[in-house]
Amino acid sequence: MAPMTDIKPGFRDPVLDSQATFRAVLDAMARPGRLRTLALLEDPPAPLAPATAAVCLALVDQDTPLWIAPDLRSQAAETFMKFHCGCPIVDDRAKAAFAIASAAKLPSLGGFAIGDDAYPETSTTVIVQTVGLAAGDGLTLSGPGIEDTHRLAVSGLRSGVWREWMENGVLFPCGIDLILVDGATLAALPRTTTVTEA
Amino acid sequence: MADVIDHPSRTAAAETRAATGYNFAYLDEQTKRMIRRAILKGVAVPGYQVPFGSREMPLPYGWGTGGIQVTAAVIGPDDTLKVIDQGADDTTNAVNIRSFFAKTAGVATTEKTVEASVIQTRHRIPETPLSEDQILVYQVPIPEPLRWLEPRETETRKMHALEEYGAMHVSLYEDIAKYGRITKSYNYPVKVNGRYVMSPSPIPKFDNPKMDRMPALQLFGAGREKRIYAVPPYTRVKSLDFEDHPFTIETWDQCCALCGAGDSYLDEVVTDDKGGKMYVCSDSDYCEQRREAGHVGDGGDPAYAARNQIPAGDAPAGDEPAGDEPAGDKQ
Ligand SMILES: [Zn+2]
Repeated sequence: MAPMTDIKPGFRDPVLDSQATFRAVLDAMARPGRLRTLALLEDPPAPLAPATAAVCLALVDQDTPLWIAPDLRSQAAETFMKFHCGCPIVDDRAKAAFAIASAAKLPSLGGFAIGDDAYPETSTTVIVQTVGLAAGDGLTLSGPGIEDTHRLAVSGLRSGVWREWMENGVLFPCGIDLILVDGATLAALPRTTTVTEA
Repeated sequence: MADVIDHPSRTAAAETRAATGYNFAYLDEQTKRMIRRAILKGVAVPGYQVPFGSREMPLPYGWGTGGIQVTAAVIGPDDTLKVIDQGADDTTNAVNIRSFFAKTAGVATTEKTVEASVIQTRHRIPETPLSEDQILVYQVPIPEPLRWLEPRETETRKMHALEEYGAMHVSLYEDIAKYGRITKSYNYPVKVNGRYVMSPSPIPKFDNPKMDRMPALQLFGAGREKRIYAVPPYTRVKSLDFEDHPFTIETWDQCCALCGAGDSYLDEVVTDDKGGKMYVCSDSDYCEQRREAGHVGDGGDPAYAARNQIPAGDAPAGDEPAGDEPAGDKQ
């Protein structure tokens, strides 16, 4: 294990910062495409974004295996997760409760855990680090949590993701859920969200 | 535009923790994480019951331990909590839960629906329409809507997985064949987003239409049965019915005796020992807001209202006579 001084700090107030982070994720998941910004973690372990690290601090623990994509799996990131979250880090993303990937190298969505019809909650929640999120433009989102439609622009994604997302939607009630991250900002797409490319 | 969450003022919360020695909102952090993960998956699969590891709470089952655990996992120092029981803020159950969170989380509490950011409820949905900025937490005694048809959990889970709801429809239709209508007046089953059949908890069916496309997030917690489920905002919630027997809600042919409301759920209140009674809003905050705004009822005496030229409420006259049956059992 790395010396203590090499481990990036977690939340200043673990109890209240976890609560605030959870509420932001809950709001994002309940209102797909809505952006929430969390100014709670200033110094995340590279190459993880502040919102990625915050979501993990709030939700990941010894009961939730975490998968980190190869391009993001730095020593600093791994040490941070082991120290603060105490989570097992797995090599097989089909066994992960949470996963972290970059938008450019997001692996095929079908390789994550999709849950099963009797227990659809056992699917992976995938945190995707984008290079930009903006509301009011780009993709058109509809589904539960959205009154009519929301617009969300996601930058940096590899091609083909939204076709795979459509296939993910067909699996309902199974399927993965996405948390999209841009720095300290996040948005979420539960499996019920229909995405139409403009 | 992103809503920026500032580091909130946490002095009150920190002082509460120091003074009482409680964990914030009572639960330990690992339990909260588990409940929070279950809530998120519940939101992602609307109407599906997510199992969770319910914790012992310092209140007996039946006091809303499921709802309390959901509230405890959700609530933060910036929230304002309202708790209602059968529509009222002042019952023992509601008062106890409110003071539990005031003590363990240091949160502000209110009896006004519009002031609350989190509303925990047993048996009612407030009459005042809820907004996007609110979360409604239901206390649920029996989360499984199919339980009265099938006692085995493995079987009901399979029925939900396969979307096998034929038996449910058959049993509702048997009701129609026998009584000419679906007699269920509380806990009337709904279908969420066209997929899962869900128990709305023992609210009167009068409240079912309020769940449909509600702007607020709806969360459900069952403590004894260890289930959490959710209805995201603006999600379709349809009460089960049949083309030839569409779903209807209760109506009354009188208005609230105190505030004259013709659009609210009324409770029968006995006024004397000679069988005198009047009907008043079950939602005490709604009734009070109306009275504060100058609305008045007929005091239970239509003749008095006529003499004093008090305008009647705008309720359409019901089709049925008032009768002696409890209001909740009416069509
Ligand atoms: Zn009234």
